[in-house]
Amino acid sequence: MIFTGTVQKTETVPIQTSSDVVVVRQRVRVWTTEMKFSLVEQTKIVTAASELGRNTLEHGGGGSLELALLINGSRRGIRLRFSDQGPGIPDVALALRDGYTSGSGMGLGLGGSKRLMNEFEIETAPGVGTTITTVRWK
Amino acid sequence: MERIPILRMGNYLLVTIQVDMHDKLALTLQDDLTNRISEVSAKGVLIDISSLEIVDSFIGRTLANIASMAKVLDAETVVVGMQPAVAITLVELGMSLPGIRTALNVESGMEYLRDAVANHEERDDFYGDSTED
Repeated sequence: MIFTGTVQKTETVPIQTSSDVVVVRQRVRVWTTEMKFSLVEQTKIVTAASELGRNTLEHGGGGSLELALLINGSRRGIRLRFSDQGPGIPDVALALRDGYTSGSGMGLGLGGSKRLMNEFEIETAPGVGTTITTVRWK
Repeated sequence: MERIPILRMGNYLLVTIQVDMHDKLALTLQDDLTNRISEVSAKGVLIDISSLEIVDSFIGRTLANIASMAKVLDAETVVVGMQPAVAITLVELGMSLPGIRTALNVESGMEYLRDAVANHEERDDFYGDSTED
């Protein structure tokens, strides 16, 4: 497991409508501001959260985001975990490729948000759902 | 229903996006703007995104769609005021907004639109009315 660290606090945001994706962006903004990420880092993390939140809604049929503050020695990080009980991703490697899209997007959501974060993991199974966990360390 | 206001100034339409747009609101703006261009025969559209704290792939795609639809309706679009952090993030995300004319601020955006529209009219004068067909 790559996301080593002690979880200090968590918050869960439901994702059922496109307004919830806005709430996801707002909560991630509040957390990253409190954690004193730079403006560019905040913007990257919020943008990744927006992409992944939209995926949870559109491809997963809704789900939730769990935010967590990770402590690892002197390092602090924000962990975002998006979960849904949707159909799952049949081909993860393909889904991560830029330009690939199964929905209305430009096909930059997964690959793009992976680039904006430090660590990225997809757990998915057909009929079970998808959980995407991603961390950005400060 | 929630809407983003579209202001008219002569041949131009002006939009300032001042709320964190959810996807449906972005699509509503796309429809409203396209309809307004046609209604008032607008020649230019200026979209100010200086208040936007992020532009993700959906918002980027909506801006690109607006520019394409405006083009088909014979109007130029310019997007102004993108924050530096947003530009950095967009490029890293993998979007370079091809097909969208951008300018640093409203003033240079309007200057671009005036020039584009003036050049366009000159061409029309030279070739007659239907050269762009």
